[in-house]
Amino acid sequence: MRHVIVGRGPAGVVAAETLRAHDRASEVLLIGDEPGPAYSRMAIPYLLARQIREEGTWLRHDTTHFERQRVGQLETRVEALNAESKTLALANGTTLDYDRLLLATGSSPVDPPIEGVDLPRVHHCWTLEDAHHIMESAEAGSRVVLMGAGFIGCIIMEALKLRGVRLTVVEAGDRMVPRMMDQVAGNLIKQWCIDQGIEVCTSTRITRIEPGDEGLWLHCEPGEPMQADLVVVATGVRPNVGFLQESGVEIGNGIRVDAHQRSSVDDVYAAGDVCEGASWQGGRGVHAIQPMAVETARVAALNMVGREATHVGSLDMNVLDTLGLISVSYGQWMGVEGGDSASLLDERSGRYVKLRFDGDHLIGGITLGITEHVGALRGLIQSRRHLGVWKKHLMENPTRFMEAWVSTVP
Amino acid sequence: MYRSLSIDPDKCTGCLQCEMACSYEYEGVFNPAHSRIKVFTFHQEGRFVPYTCTQCADAWCQHACPVDAIRVDAETGAKEIKENLCVGCKVCTIACPFGTVNYNHDRGKVLKCDLCGGDPACARACPTQAITYVDGDWAGYEKMRAWAARTDNATHA
Ligand SMILES: Cc1cc2nc3c(=O)[nH]c(=O)nc-3n(C[C@H](O)[C@H](O)[C@H](O)COP(=O)(O)OP(=O)(O)OC[C@H]3O[C@@H](n4cnc5c(N)ncnc54)[C@H](O)[C@@H]3O)c2cc1C
Ligand code: SF4
Repeated sequence: MRHVIVGRGPAGVVAAETLRAHDRASEVLLIGDEPGPAYSRMAIPYLLARQIREEGTWLRHDTTHFERQRVGQLETRVEALNAESKTLALANGTTLDYDRLLLATGSSPVDPPIEGVDLPRVHHCWTLEDAHHIMESAEAGSRVVLMGAGFIGCIIMEALKLRGVRLTVVEAGDRMVPRMMDQVAGNLIKQWCIDQGIEVCTSTRITRIEPGDEGLWLHCEPGEPMQADLVVVATGVRPNVGFLQESGVEIGNGIRVDAHQRSSVDDVYAAGDVCEGASWQGGRGVHAIQPMAVETARVAALNMVGREATHVGSLDMNVLDTLGLISVSYGQWMGVEGGDSASLLDERSGRYVKLRFDGDHLIGGITLGITEHVGALRGLIQSRRHLGVWKKHLMENPTRFMEAWVSTVP
Repeated sequence: MYRSLSIDPDKCTGCLQCEMACSYEYEGVFNPAHSRIKVFTFHQEGRFVPYTCTQCADAWCQHACPVDAIRVDAETGAKEIKENLCVGCKVCTIACPFGTVNYNHDRGKVLKCDLCGGDPACARACPTQAITYVDGDWAGYEKMRAWAARTDNATHA
């Protein structure tokens, strides 16, 4: 039996280890198109901030780890999948047979449709290669414009700031991290950034980038053109499914999978950023976050070795550190129709909690400035605990979520 | 079979000796704010519940860590943070459904219980034996894990 995994990110690596743990005999092969040891994109901000060296981004630090696990590695690109003959066409000109295949190819950044995004010194921040480009240009005092204040944008903002650059953030939405934070929290984060010396332009679009004598010119709407030595683009990502076009694998917003992470084609599974699976709250979606990448990878791998495992649906969860202001969001923080909501804002201490309920279940929440016991929100949401009397307590004081969790554990 | 912390809330008087001992063990100061074990007080019921990491077998925090900074101690089975590898991303703090991995601002790293290498200071300090370090997987852990297992996205059929 040969298990082949395409993609050497967190999903691919965790799947390979899970396969090996439950199947000592089969061949496990990990294919990836990025050079060097398997690494974690999530660690890139800490590399930019000079807090770690490149080795610090590696997913596994023991350089003999994959060898010892008898996981083969191949550095090449998969160009096409032929599901009928169960073969992959590789960029190095060869074909490869598989018995079971896992697609864990992640996602790639999307260019905004404007003139000038392909100019030198305009970069995404998605791969180690991107990080090296950014580090070449983002020196102390250089003028850097960050396009997009979504989750990824905000994460690299801190790293850029720590490099000592003069930073301007331009976001088309009306607040920062619009898909993770409500108006209150988004505005608090914005004010915090401004206080830390970052220029923040929300409800603003960059319409064109032009080369100039001293750096790049960025045309904005509304607003005056601005100059930059470096532009970092963080305006969204899309799953890497291009190589599947002729394969018959059903694609929605990503590779469509069932609760066992199986695609529409026999013996082909998908996990991580590239897959579109069930969402915790019902419906389907692409949940491009690290914890769900590894959890879906484990489920896929278990099923690949014939151990039935079910994915109960991906719960959105994010934690963000914006220059020391820590924010967390879970699940349906935006609430559902007819559901109760409780929130508490303490402007003096910069703390904010908002909880959302459906009946007496917790279904989502937001915290700002809180680092203690935040995981209990996940416990409360995903155990579908009837809160009983704690619903009332939490409505009165939503900061008591850890007590609610502790008191409801049998 | 690893030993584990057994917690009996009925015996807890809320004296916070465990928190003090934990803080001293790790930080060299008696300050409950630095403790990895927390005693929760439910005034209305007059109940005190000590609470800390259950050292799950398939640990959410460990799986979620992007840089392999959470390792299993071979002797105790404890999931330990390797501070030299931890980048402080806090993903483990939101992945753990028990809420027992916490971020420490001053250090820029996360903190969690590591069973003090096999001689937990909280159990030593507890005057009423509400916290004991016992042979075998304590049944209470099992219950808690079973409870949290309902959060597991990989529930086995
Ligand atoms: C700067 C940054 C910060 C982030 N911070 C966070 C965070 O704080 N929290 C969080 O939850 N998430 C964060 N993320 C997102 C997180 O990194 C992703 O969710 C995670 O990497 C997904 O893992 P994956 O294995 O599915 O995909 P990836 O990590 O993208 O790995 C997929 C791999 O497959 C390769 N590949 C693609 N196509 C092919 C092909 N045809 N042939 C061969 N190889 C191929 C890719 O090159 C890549 O190496 C961050 C991302 C970035 C960029
Ligand atoms: S905070 Fe540290 S231990 Fe936790 S997931 Fe991030 S790197 Fe790993």
